[in-house]
Amino acid sequence: MTGNAPAESDAAQGSLQSDVLLSVENIHKSFLGFKALDGVDFDIRAGEIHALLGENGAGKSTLIKVLTGVHQPDSGVIRFEGREISVRDTLQAQHLGIGTVYQEVNLLPNLSVAENLFIGRQPKRFGFVDRREMERRARALLAQYGMDIDVSADLARYSVAMQQLIAIARAVDLSGRVLILDEPTASLDSHETEMLFTVMRQLKARGLGLVFITHFLDQVYAVSDRVTILRNGSLAGTALTRDLSKIDLVSKMLGRTLAEVTHTTHRTAPPASAPRISFRDYGLARSIAPFDLDIAEGEVVGVAGLLGSGRTETARLLFGIDVPDNGKASIDGREIRIRSPREAVAAGFGLCPEDRKTDGIVGDLSVRENIALALQARRGWLRRLSSREQSDLADRFVKALDIRTSDIEKPVKFLSGGNQQKVILARWLATSPRFLILDEPTRGIDVGAHAEIIRLINRLCDDGMALLVISSEIEEIVAYSSRVRVLRDRVHTAELTGSDINPATIMRTIAADTGKGAPPKVEQ
Amino acid sequence: MNTRLLPFYATLLICVLLYTACVIQFPNMLSTRVIGNLLTDNAFLGIVAVGMTFVIISGGIDLSVGSVIAFTGVLIAVLVSHHGMHPLAAFAIALVFAMVFGAAMGAIIHYLNVPAFIVTLAGMFLARGLCFVLTTQSIPINHPFYTTLQGLYWRMPGGGRLTFIGGLMLAVFAAGIIIAHFTKFGSYVYAIGGNRTSAELMGVPVARTTIGIYALSGFLAGLAGIVFSLYTSAGYSLSAVGVELDTIAAVVIGGTLLTGGVGYVAGSFFGVIIQGIIQTYIVFDGTLSSWWTKIVVGILLFAFIALQRVLVFVSERRISGRTIARSTG
Repeated sequence: MTGNAPAESDAAQGSLQSDVLLSVENIHKSFLGFKALDGVDFDIRAGEIHALLGENGAGKSTLIKVLTGVHQPDSGVIRFEGREISVRDTLQAQHLGIGTVYQEVNLLPNLSVAENLFIGRQPKRFGFVDRREMERRARALLAQYGMDIDVSADLARYSVAMQQLIAIARAVDLSGRVLILDEPTASLDSHETEMLFTVMRQLKARGLGLVFITHFLDQVYAVSDRVTILRNGSLAGTALTRDLSKIDLVSKMLGRTLAEVTHTTHRTAPPASAPRISFRDYGLARSIAPFDLDIAEGEVVGVAGLLGSGRTETARLLFGIDVPDNGKASIDGREIRIRSPREAVAAGFGLCPEDRKTDGIVGDLSVRENIALALQARRGWLRRLSSREQSDLADRFVKALDIRTSDIEKPVKFLSGGNQQKVILARWLATSPRFLILDEPTRGIDVGAHAEIIRLINRLCDDGMALLVISSEIEEIVAYSSRVRVLRDRVHTAELTGSDINPATIMRTIAADTGKGAPPKVEQ
Repeated sequence: MNTRLLPFYATLLICVLLYTACVIQFPNMLSTRVIGNLLTDNAFLGIVAVGMTFVIISGGIDLSVGSVIAFTGVLIAVLVSHHGMHPLAAFAIALVFAMVFGAAMGAIIHYLNVPAFIVTLAGMFLARGLCFVLTTQSIPINHPFYTTLQGLYWRMPGGGRLTFIGGLMLAVFAAGIIIAHFTKFGSYVYAIGGNRTSAELMGVPVARTTIGIYALSGFLAGLAGIVFSLYTSAGYSLSAVGVELDTIAAVVIGGTLLTGGVGYVAGSFFGVIIQGIIQTYIVFDGTLSSWWTKIVVGILLFAFIALQRVLVFVSERRISGRTIARSTG
């Protein structure tokens, strides 16, 4: 077994039932040379809720797909009740007793609730489907979950939470031994989440083994018995939830302990000028709780938080991709309305999105065209930038940002990751934005380029631009931020300033271990 | 009320209003004779429409049905008139052929993952071309068995005749309704039309069902071919051109969504009857060109597609409205 955590938890079992339902040992799985799972051990016991955690790309979904027969492991053993098995496909997993409910409910909205529950195994009478009997059974089944609804109505008429419960009822009725819930709470509100937890606890009491995948740390502590954390395809640890502090959990997810984190000095003295951009009570139901945000000229606000904590949602809201359902925005004290990215650009905003491959660069266009894109869009298509003007622009930024390309006419897709990132940056800088949002500006680029991007951020800030930088690299945030906003579970929980901007405090705040920094807004 | 049933009720209402309007202008249209003729004249269209309803509910399309009708007609005519085969044997051969033809198209659609539009378009050309291989002429069918079948009818009160082929169409509709709502196959068809991937994950046998749907559509097109040959007493390569489009129109007017997942076999019946009523009106009027049928059908199609979009929009709004109300409340 990898690590000593599982052994510890075995010893600590005691009151918990310890019969293992489903287990995998030393599972390896690669896709085109990329190791998605690298020697992972994992087990689910009867009567427990086992939380499975990890950042994106940690291997959670690959592990689930191996368990449910979607993928075949390259090597390793899968056991069901001690017997070695190989799961060929999802149907076989279902027959074995392993049911899965995905975040996007995989039911059929155009069929009735009863049909969704019983499709393929409808009760028959005289060779024909007995709808009345089917609906009676459906009502009886849902009654076990405290649901009393019209089962003859189309599934589409019910809320996502209801559909989620119906999917669970179906999976348990079909399989009934192990239930895997893949981010079931992602689109539920707190009341619905509580409803789901009640059902999960009932199923646990019935002796099912539940795997619960989530990004919300509070929910892990609210409902799970054990936690397994994956990182980069390997096991980062398994432990009883009650024995694992939040800070340990966060350090396992991020792959560093507090002791390892070296103290880096943060940027000094935030400028004293009045806020240039300010957002008041900005929020969107089911996306991010309302928050206040002020950014002054020459200031860099870093945004820290785990995946799914609402970082990208914040960026989308500020840039008008999502429209806030309440709140006000203003620039230099003048109120503005931002309802679309177009209006955001017109107001002098810029956004370098997280995934530059899909949202940022246009790979087949040249460096010159990519740089000119945003400025051209802002001027409108009638007032075309001549190719001369475009070349001048591109030349200027290639020099200023040190973009390494043999030629400004080279298609962007042939540039390295760091240089592509600089091209996107150049695109927005060309519009001389007043407020620039950078979402994970250093993701997927090499170390050298990394340092350069950070230098660049510092320089932009010296030039008087207001910047919001989202990053999962805590040291990086410390290196350039004059203030740090910490997000957790879709709430802006704290703002750190001055000497609090150090990796240790940021990590503690993410884990909410200490009360450092006053929460700017409490969830209603 | 279930918004999915609204297009069906709208079709029913239009059908009744249309008939009432016709009766007000031509009181003679209020007779079982007209109704009997309506059923007889549209028997082949109705039978194909049942198969097409299943295809469209599953999210597919079958463009080959018109050609299959023509081919079965020609095949039967050749077998009976040139080879002296008994019509019943010829019917059996034609039905088996049509069903296998449909099943083959279904298999190609599923296993090669080719859009149904392309596969059935190829099937349409293939079947039409095969007609000309058999014969290029119109072959009359003179067989005592044909005369017997054509003479069969049930006299309705008021003197109207429910002919054999009209009754057959009603029987096919009844069977279609039962298959759609009271068999596993029927629920699989709706499931695949709703979301193929989800259906597969829920254990619906997608391959078997897809092949079954096109086999059913092929079989019913073959049956419609038999009915058509009984109706015209001949087999002709150029008959039933464009019938696939009339059928699709009838199915859509009947309230079936072209995107799949939603629809009613009974709706298609009224879709067929609406087209029949318009034609009857034109006959009664005597001065209008028969192309007016196409014009009215075109307008109705636009109206129904617009109605469906509005209904989808309204129900989406209602659901999201409810979600917001709950999450802020």
